[in-house]
Amino acid sequence: MQIYLPIAEMTVDPLVILAMGGLVGLLSGMLGIGGGFLMTPLLIFVGVPPTVAVATQSNQLVAASVSGVIAHWRRRNVDFKLGSIMLVGGALGSMVGVALFARLKALGQIDLVISLTYVLFLGTVAALMMVDNFRVLVLRRNVKIRRKLHEHGALHRLPLRMRFPRSRLYISAFLPLAIGFVGGLMVALMGIGGGFALVPAMIYILGMPVGLVAGTSLFQIIFTTGITTFLQAVTTHAVDIVLALILIIGGVVGAQIGTRLSHLLHPDYARLMHALVVFVVAVKMAFDLFATPEHLFSVTMPTQ
Amino acid sequence: MRRTARIAALILWITATVATSARAQSLAADLSSHVIGITTGFAGADLVLFGSADRQGDVAVVVRGPPTTIVVRRKTRILGVWLNGRSATFRDAPSFYEAAATKPLTEIATPETLVRYGIGLDNLRFQLTETTDPTEFSPFRAALLRAQERTDLYRPDLARVSFLGEHLFRADIVFPANLPTGDYTVEVVLLSGGQVISAQTTPLIVSRVGFSNGVFAVAHHHSVLYGTGALALAIAAGWAAGAIFRRM
Repeated sequence: MQIYLPIAEMTVDPLVILAMGGLVGLLSGMLGIGGGFLMTPLLIFVGVPPTVAVATQSNQLVAASVSGVIAHWRRRNVDFKLGSIMLVGGALGSMVGVALFARLKALGQIDLVISLTYVLFLGTVAALMMVDNFRVLVLRRNVKIRRKLHEHGALHRLPLRMRFPRSRLYISAFLPLAIGFVGGLMVALMGIGGGFALVPAMIYILGMPVGLVAGTSLFQIIFTTGITTFLQAVTTHAVDIVLALILIIGGVVGAQIGTRLSHLLHPDYARLMHALVVFVVAVKMAFDLFATPEHLFSVTMPTQ
Repeated sequence: MRRTARIAALILWITATVATSARAQSLAADLSSHVIGITTGFAGADLVLFGSADRQGDVAVVVRGPPTTIVVRRKTRILGVWLNGRSATFRDAPSFYEAAATKPLTEIATPETLVRYGIGLDNLRFQLTETTDPTEFSPFRAALLRAQERTDLYRPDLARVSFLGEHLFRADIVFPANLPTGDYTVEVVLLSGGQVISAQTTPLIVSRVGFSNGVFAVAHHHSVLYGTGALALAIAAGWAAGAIFRRM
């Protein structure tokens, strides 16, 4: 069976797209991540133009984060106040990102920027997570030597300090604002929610309780991906609603199965698996940047 | 006497005109359909071109997609990283190209004729925009042809036009699933002794129809509505997924 994607202007096998959505959803459910960083490269791999892949992926992430937040909200694991501050930064970030995206596309360097940002973010996050995992799993070091609830770094004492009762934090509002901004940029430029980078940032930079991190980051991802979807639809016309729908169906089913399977996996190993998946994607992207390309010339034909 | 000469000249002229128009009509061809509709299930199309030629000769068919601007970029290595470097912009290049003939092209026409009528991929002429360096033309042209062949938009292999009996001929034209939309032309030429003796152009329209056309039109002409719809769909789907799976 073949189906024509009206915006990507290509024919795909819907079962392949469903399987991709399901696989990424399964991983995201098991590891508690959005999985956008896996989906965008996969879509490009099956021939979807990078612009359509990024824009459509943001639409799919709206659905994934809505269903994720509902689950976390029931368990009261969302800090709405902190999430809202991040959201302001995120909105700004996605607006800057979409404008940058259009500009880079006109210059013909959008593919390079997508790859470079992937390598940069994924590489850094993978390295940090691997170091952390190594400490926990191999050295079995006792990490319960915390004297306080969390460390107060110099960053926390920046001006505009606010209280976040749900997270039991008293920190500068600039921090969640900045983290949100980076998240918004990532949604627009890479078509990913950025959860894989936001979650560690919220734990290590903000010092948030781990239990609240996933729900709160997803809460702000709903809005950054939502704003990005809308802006992409209006400026680049690259959101393919048919492709998004197939991805959503595959993704939610996979995510639900993944969530149920996640109980079988020890959290330490889940984190290690997460780090490895991020690492593999980063290495693949870096390799593609430096390796001699199969085709030296690329051709762009504007769609009428 | 002068009057008779005038009448004789007139008769001669009329005969000549009738003869030319008869020669122009020595070729007639048509497609099995003038419209290719791209539906949601579109997986390519096959059309049959049939026609008749009153005179002996060879037939060539050229299918061209709507002319478009194509940008070809060459990757260069800077600090070990491959990125897009120089580019060439081709104006009015066919977005789709396919040729068919009764025999190999070199056997049916002179090289000049092939170039003049643009029969065969090697004989296509391209125009560069003013901003592009003309010395870099040929590698970019070759790259453009290769890339379009890879995506099936230019057909490198000549399709067959076959004669059924003495006058009647047919050609099967295959269109891929990634067919660009727009107004196509199908040019049929009758060749004899290496020269074109008759030619006919038939229009062909490729357009999205039904659901996929609706989606494309809304996305481009009512993008605010489209964006809102895409969001509503995603939120509803996420909500529904949460609700359905909670009960399981």
